[in-house]
Amino acid sequence: MTPRPPLHLALALDGAGWHPAAWREPRARTAELLDARYWTDLVQEAERGLLDFVTIEDSLGLQSDRFDGPDARTDRVRGRLDAVLIAARVAPLTSRIGLVPSIVAGHTEPFHIAKAIATLDYVSSGRGGVRVRAGSGGAEAALFGRRAIPGIAVADLARPETVALITELFDEAADYVEVVRRLWDSWEDDAEIRDVATGRFVDRDKLHYIDFEGRWFSVRGPSIVPRPPQGQPPVTVLGHATVPYRLGARQGDVVYVTPRDADDARRIVEEIRAEQAAAGRGDETVHVFAELVVHLADSAAQAADNRARLDDWAGAAHVSDALVVAGTPAELADLLLDWQPAGLSGFRLRPAAIPHDLEGVTRGLVGELQSRGAFRTAYEAATLRGLLGLPRPANRYAAAAATSSTAAV
Amino acid sequence: MSRPTKQIHLAAHFPGVNNTTVWSDPAAGSQIDFSSFAHLARVAERAKFDFFFLAEGLRLREQNGRIHDLDVVGRPDTFTVLAAIAAVTERLGLAGTINSTFNEPYEVARQFASLDHLSAGRAAWNVVTSWDAFTGENFRRGGYLAEQDRYERARRFLQTARELFDSWRGDEIVADKASGQFLREPRPGTFAHHDDFFDISGQFNVPRSPQGRPVIFQAGDSEAGREFAASSADAIFSRHSTFEDGQAFYADIKGRLAKFGRRPDELVVLPAATFVLGDTDAEARERAEVIRHQQVSGATAILFAEQLWNRDLSAYDPDGPVPEVDPLPGENTISKGRASVRMFDDRLDTVRRWRELSEAKKLSLREVVIEVTGRQSFIGSAATVAETINRFVQQDASDGFILVPHIVPGGLDEFADQVVPLLQERGVFRSDYTGTTLREHLGLELPG
Repeated sequence: MTPRPPLHLALALDGAGWHPAAWREPRARTAELLDARYWTDLVQEAERGLLDFVTIEDSLGLQSDRFDGPDARTDRVRGRLDAVLIAARVAPLTSRIGLVPSIVAGHTEPFHIAKAIATLDYVSSGRGGVRVRAGSGGAEAALFGRRAIPGIAVADLARPETVALITELFDEAADYVEVVRRLWDSWEDDAEIRDVATGRFVDRDKLHYIDFEGRWFSVRGPSIVPRPPQGQPPVTVLGHATVPYRLGARQGDVVYVTPRDADDARRIVEEIRAEQAAAGRGDETVHVFAELVVHLADSAAQAADNRARLDDWAGAAHVSDALVVAGTPAELADLLLDWQPAGLSGFRLRPAAIPHDLEGVTRGLVGELQSRGAFRTAYEAATLRGLLGLPRPANRYAAAAATSSTAAV
Repeated sequence: MSRPTKQIHLAAHFPGVNNTTVWSDPAAGSQIDFSSFAHLARVAERAKFDFFFLAEGLRLREQNGRIHDLDVVGRPDTFTVLAAIAAVTERLGLAGTINSTFNEPYEVARQFASLDHLSAGRAAWNVVTSWDAFTGENFRRGGYLAEQDRYERARRFLQTARELFDSWRGDEIVADKASGQFLREPRPGTFAHHDDFFDISGQFNVPRSPQGRPVIFQAGDSEAGREFAASSADAIFSRHSTFEDGQAFYADIKGRLAKFGRRPDELVVLPAATFVLGDTDAEARERAEVIRHQQVSGATAILFAEQLWNRDLSAYDPDGPVPEVDPLPGENTISKGRASVRMFDDRLDTVRRWRELSEAKKLSLREVVIEVTGRQSFIGSAATVAETINRFVQQDASDGFILVPHIVPGGLDEFADQVVPLLQERGVFRSDYTGTTLREHLGLELPG
């Protein structure tokens, strides 16, 4: 039997944790959710646990329990900071862990995001990535006021016009990522020449217009930022259905999914692989990570108690798009290794309460997995692509230039 | 009549993508690696500077339809690099240029409010405008803005952003773990703004930041730009770095404040300035001459001339005489993506002056360009430069300076080590920070 490959582990950071009552835990640093120190501490803890990367949640609008706009709740964490800036703020104070902020592709400018993530990659020396969310309509569109997009209600998700709208929003996101990726390649790695003899700082033949023309925007390029250290920082996408899986398969390096069990995971992975082949990327690495909300404790009973206490505070059992599990680190390790053969290369874990369940991962789960030979015992690479086993990609324009010059000969 | 001694304000401008940034010197480091930004910021903070300043450009410059390759090319994203600098400094203000034409108020407001939180109250926004379709080709909106509308859009943009910053008062979050009440009220951050430029509504999602809102800089010099600054800015980044010019500008801009109900000390005037130091004044002058020749190569001289003549001059010898052909009238079409071409309002007249100068002093084209462009503001020994800067400030030619080193990343080191201690000895520059926020460094009140 071939040894199984080690798992990849990502940690999803959001506020005081993913349980809506997590901010009431005695150890929750509720008064510090907008402070740099808080985020630095969390990411440094994740780095001590040797995790591949952290993601940082974000949204353009105020957090809400509703899908289609703000709620009027006063019992939940509300207010947050721009995730790209949190990642940049933490970057100089960490050295190995990947930093993957969320961005919203609707409404915002692909040119700005391309240079922001490229700069994140510079300030972290090759540890930047991005999680791309499609835009939505209704209340989110009203914050920008640029175009009227109808809101989407959960009850309408199956209606044909809603499916069409969602497909369109994800198609726009695909165009958006295409522009971002082209901009990252718009400078060849050796474009900066500093040739004192001719007085030229750059070789302009190695700077490329991207000339993207699409239904939602046209972008000329090149970027104002040189090609980032990783060439292409990893792009990640969360999906629960075919349309977002397709975005991940077309444009992603990591797709986060929310299976209910191992069989569900296998079905989802097969669907993503089929979409990947259809997109002509069958030979490229696209990681599929399963998502879990985790309550961890030294005993199963304690974990269940923790969960029950939080549910009590919240006034209802916490249901999430991802499966919620409560148990010991050993039990969680069993589950991860049980699901892995479905084709998952890793997991993105959402700590129910921070710092408690974050430490459950870094100080509990990681050791369990290490003792079973299923997780790294030291960082083996200096870049996020390196940690994910992704080679540094060739520049699409450099390849094109080389081909045309060969043709000319 | 004696008046109280003014305290000088100083800032460090990360060298930009103009020819004044010398990349050919062996001491010149990377323009993009974070270590260069961290170095300049740390030196500025060690010297107790008010803030670090970063410019922005959203399209690579072109000359004759090709990407301009003689100067530094490539720069980082403003917000992202400032957030990272916040991690390696503690007190230094962090000022960034953000264009009001190719951004939306909601997004910019949340980025500045986030930066202000992440730096514990050190953020500043230099609001600039542009209208050109050339830059617009990189954005969803494209080049849609009429030139005369750009300050109106900027004014409305800033007004809208202020409404967003003010949409949280600062006492909405109670976060009472015992009772389970996080918010005092159900709809914090509610806003609605409707005008000809912006039609937006909802709830802003960043709670009030330490400074309430970032310090607002304005940099334009036109009549509209000055009015905009007098009505809305906390500080002005001016180009008037000579003494007489500086005094005239200072009097003009401070004189405009009263009609907006503002006091003179509510707007800080900070011209950009360059400097060259030496052990003696004579040595500094020699160094300045060497640097000017590094800044203006023969190729760069031709490029400057092409901007003025508005035509291809590549056949001319920069070490020969000023070209005898006349400039082409009409809109400048040869150079794209730089603001400086607008300074050549009267081309024929300027060309005539260049020819006269060349005649009178027997100068080649390159030497004329060196003579008429970008001479360093302060040249001399540390004592001379300290004395000059102090005189400018005490006699109201400015409230201080935004210093632009000519080299990355070490271009401020000498100034920090040699000039700053002299200013501190005179009691005109802080020996240590007395506040934690940029508003405190600049003597500005917290907005209500």
